[in-house]
Amino acid sequence: MKLKDIQSKVQPTFFKEHQRKLYQSLEDKHTTIEEIDDGDPLSTKMVLNMGPQHPATHGVLRLVLQLDGETIEKTKIDIGYLHRGVEKIAENKTYQEFMPYTDRMDYLSPYSNNVALCTAVEKIANVEVPERAHYIRMIGCELARISSHLLWLGTMVMDAGAVSFFIWTFKEREKIYDIMDRIGGHRFTISHARIGGVANDLTNEATGAIKEFIQTFPKELKDYHKLLDRNRIFIERNEAVGVLKTEDAIELGATGPVLRACGYPVDTRKISPYARYSEVDFDIPTRLEGDNLARYFVRMEEMHESVRIIEQCLEKIPNGPIRMDDAKKSYPSKDEVYYSMEGMIHDFMMTDTGICPPEGAESYHAVESPKGELGYYIQSDGTGHPWRLKINAPSYTNLQVLENILDGEMVADTVVIIGGIDPVLGEADK
Amino acid sequence: MSLELSEHLQSTVDSLSENFSDKLVDVYQSSGDTFIVVDTDSILEISKHLKEKLDYVYLSDVFGIDRYTSEDRFEVVYNLISLKHQQRVFVKVRCEEENPEVDSVIPVWKAANWFEREVYDMFGVYFRNHPDLRRIFMPEDFDYFPLRKEFPLLGIPGSIELPSTTPDSD
Repeated sequence: MKLKDIQSKVQPTFFKEHQRKLYQSLEDKHTTIEEIDDGDPLSTKMVLNMGPQHPATHGVLRLVLQLDGETIEKTKIDIGYLHRGVEKIAENKTYQEFMPYTDRMDYLSPYSNNVALCTAVEKIANVEVPERAHYIRMIGCELARISSHLLWLGTMVMDAGAVSFFIWTFKEREKIYDIMDRIGGHRFTISHARIGGVANDLTNEATGAIKEFIQTFPKELKDYHKLLDRNRIFIERNEAVGVLKTEDAIELGATGPVLRACGYPVDTRKISPYARYSEVDFDIPTRLEGDNLARYFVRMEEMHESVRIIEQCLEKIPNGPIRMDDAKKSYPSKDEVYYSMEGMIHDFMMTDTGICPPEGAESYHAVESPKGELGYYIQSDGTGHPWRLKINAPSYTNLQVLENILDGEMVADTVVIIGGIDPVLGEADK
Repeated sequence: MSLELSEHLQSTVDSLSENFSDKLVDVYQSSGDTFIVVDTDSILEISKHLKEKLDYVYLSDVFGIDRYTSEDRFEVVYNLISLKHQQRVFVKVRCEEENPEVDSVIPVWKAANWFEREVYDMFGVYFRNHPDLRRIFMPEDFDYFPLRKEFPLLGIPGSIELPSTTPDSD
């Protein structure tokens, strides 16, 4: 019997030390690779590098899998291929300037990220937001949730083998893009939230488009249910795959739908309601199985709940201002900027220095983004840019869970499990 | 400043001051959040107490703060949630500038694994007894800690190895 380590078999040529450490940690996790027979003709034991560039990894995610035949023995996840130092950039920009960067973190639901940063800054700087702006934000957030879940649904079903489904969910996503275009003037990275409110009001055209969408979308959703809920192939690929045990879910810090699929009704919208979530009715969908199918059902039901929330918001939305009327704390409207001197000065001051939270203040605020708890910790030193801004990204937390649940699964299921966790690497890598 | 604590937070602070009176450095509130600063060396036993006796079962995040030019330069903050009482609390420890070291809380919350690696990667805070303390975002042979205040925004030229522009030929 001869022991051989992984490192002697792989010869990294790039980032040598990093690769060596990664393989070393793979060995440290349980045992070293054991090659029972040197002349193993089928070489059933192998180390498989998946990614960072692979269509199934949903971004630049690298998995180093140690395989025994088709079973995964150990997994190591290597991230950081998209690390841009977002937190460092934030510490050198004003709060409002940082807004477009949040769009590019979880780029599948930019609106929730904008709202997350805004509410965090408003909390630390004691900014009151008008009632109408709260409702506009809620509508935007829920549309972002639907849009994110639709992309997840399309790609996950594609991972399970059905390609045309992706086109159907994208057809619906396209409608949300059009709505976003009418709300904020951009289709993808909208940056619509402003500190103290939102950039512009909902037009009649936008309201009409939203109303039309929430009328037609439940029918589409029903079709998705019809196609997948009792689909033998889909169930076989997802049931009892990637099981996260209920007790492990809390221990490993899972968040969002991944946690809710394990039976915990944890939702920031209920625990510490922001905007006006306390005034609308909605349920938190949960499942007990904790497998991939449970995550599918949780997310599908969440889309139903989102439609319900948007319906109530459209009923309740009051008339009034959309941004607070204090030019020292938020941007003045463009009418003021173009036609009055004070307006222009205030606009310049907001762009140049921005809002200054009190010195020494620190606070944390989290929202429920489509992926889970998205929180911003801000520490202020009294100037226009944060001393420390830490982003608690749900994709990062969930990827850590992924590293733990892959052990013991089949290698063909990795792609479905990654799809079920729904990570966005832009957010995980910060 | 007097503290306005909810019922469970009050009992948290009471229980900590009862059991760890000499380990509790400071309790303060800012913008509605409660921060508890504790002694660095006793973080592990305080974490155990928080989890087992006070229901803080869920570790949401661990992050570092660089208090550049202050004494005890680095701060490690644990973002804890009690799901039972729907309460959030922040526990802080401080460590010195030279060889900052904190005990790893992985025995208490497994979720700390990646969070601590991130703090190590970005600030260079070393976690004792961490089973797998590797860099997470930066390559292993990167010599600097990017979120420290003295690290320039533009980076340090030549600090990261780039792949050669000509393809390898065997």
